Amino acid sequence: MSSVPAITVAGLCKSFGGKVVLDGIDLTVAEGTIFALLGPNGAGKTTMVQILSTLIPADSGQIGVAGHDVVSDPDGVRAAIGVTGQFSAVDDLLTGEENLRLMADLHHLGRGSGRRRVAELLDRFELADAARKQVSTYSGGMRRRLDLAMTLVGTPRLIFLDEPTTGLDPRSRRTMWRSIRELVAGGVTIFLTTQYLDEADQLADRIAVLDRGRIVAEGSPGELKRRIPGGRIWLQFAAPDAWKSAADLLGPVSRDEENLTLQVPSDGTVASLRRLLGRLDNARIEVEQLSIHTPDLDDVFFAVTGRPAAEQEQDSEKEVTLR
Amino acid sequence: MSTLAYTLTDSATMLRRNLRRLQRYPSMTLLLVGMPIVFLLLFVYVFGGQLGAGFNGGHDSRGAYLDYVMPGILLITVAAAAQGNAITVAMDMTAGIIDRFRTMAIARASVLTGHVIASVIQALFGLAVVLAVALALGFRPTADPVAWLAVIGLLTLFTFALVWLCAALGLAAKTVETASNTPMVLTLLPFLSSGFVPTETMPPGLRQFAEYQPFTPVTEAVRGLLSGTGAGTNAIAAIAWSAGIALAGYLWARHLYNRRRAR
Repeated sequence: MSSVPAITVAGLCKSFGGKVVLDGIDLTVAEGTIFALLGPNGAGKTTMVQILSTLIPADSGQIGVAGHDVVSDPDGVRAAIGVTGQFSAVDDLLTGEENLRLMADLHHLGRGSGRRRVAELLDRFELADAARKQVSTYSGGMRRRLDLAMTLVGTPRLIFLDEPTTGLDPRSRRTMWRSIRELVAGGVTIFLTTQYLDEADQLADRIAVLDRGRIVAEGSPGELKRRIPGGRIWLQFAAPDAWKSAADLLGPVSRDEENLTLQVPSDGTVASLRRLLGRLDNARIEVEQLSIHTPDLDDVFFAVTGRPAAEQEQDSEKEVTLR
Repeated sequence: MSTLAYTLTDSATMLRRNLRRLQRYPSMTLLLVGMPIVFLLLFVYVFGGQLGAGFNGGHDSRGAYLDYVMPGILLITVAAAAQGNAITVAMDMTAGIIDRFRTMAIARASVLTGHVIASVIQALFGLAVVLAVALALGFRPTADPVAWLAVIGLLTLFTFALVWLCAALGLAAKTVETASNTPMVLTLLPFLSSGFVPTETMPPGLRQFAEYQPFTPVTEAVRGLLSGTGAGTNAIAAIAWSAGIALAGYLWARHLYNRRRAR
């Protein structure tokens, strides 16, 4: 592995018809790592991927991808990268296998090795059974898997994943995460965009938060999370005396006597939840209802920008309610 | 491999993709080949008796008109296939896969070349079907094999030209609907040429337009070759028009493809 960074960006700016989309971006992505660009819809994430993957030119800035300059040597960049965009880039009229064969042919893999690579990817992404079915009959999760498989046919060293799990059900999401981790284990560098803090947290070595075309925070998931007010556990009690005892037991927590609720700071781990419930059990305090609030993109945005994320579409808070 | 070799293999790959797509979407080919057949039947059986009265001394006017109108019908077939190319190119450009192609190190020309050659093949298939129907209806061309080869050559060249032009129209269109509408003009042009009635019967203005637009020399050259009287200078005009349109269409399409911004 070379010591040259997989991506270097300095002073990148881009506007569309007078509207500034990216406003002076600087970033470096080390080889063999996962870099997550986190931001709400409209922050400029897709534009960033389009510029780095040579789809559109930047207005200004120095951009090196996989050791090649995107302006002077776009084909050098293209030969080293793979891109899985937000909109699935598969051919609906072809079968899954034909889509992969098309990629193998365009990478000039040759008959034998092309066939082997296609069969291997169909297996790996659990598409072997649907290989001869037209892609228009595929489910959303299958299309994403095929999309990623097509990106991998040419064994790229650097992969761009633009919101790889947006719109996927939780199970497909897990499968996608697993595939991404496997790729990095194989030495590939991944540049990922996402709206979900937990996704960046799960996968990334470094996270940059993009807001209105600027990077407003950057660091490891740990560094970033230290800047966010942590998660909290919300407790609801049936009777005033139970509420009172719990409030006395737990000490300085946010309390609401009228609604008989308490909000206990938490790092969101099962262990801390178990400890809290253990303390309440030992004191024989009955909790009527409990929910866990994990910090999400809203919290990150609020922490680093002092205002809620703009143009946000996902649910404001993820809640797990236990009865 | 050299750049040229890569361009050829990539174009062949794209051609295979497009032919497979045409196979999976047969209703479009059916429509594009069906339309000229409907026109053929309409013009021979509905209008043919009357329109053919001036030919052949009034003897078997319908059969004489069939012989007269065939080049026009063949050019409608060509124009329809070209229109189909505008639609398939636009369909591709509005789908995500084109952005994938653009981020791959493949010969840049291959995407469009694949579309163009697939459309030319589709047009040749259409021409064969239309000719077969015409022969069944009693069309009896007197061309010798050399003249037939010349007919095929001229029609292929003209198809190639219109298909490149339509590739550009497909790229210029923002939606698939627009892409299917703009090339309609091309299917109208055979009617405003010597394809269906002699230009001498047209009013001034229209007549000049008909005589100087590209469909007329192609029609006349094909008609001359099919009836055994030879193509004459019309062949040169037809080749010149085809080369000019092909070059302009190619340059325009290439410009639009390279300039095109991602979504």
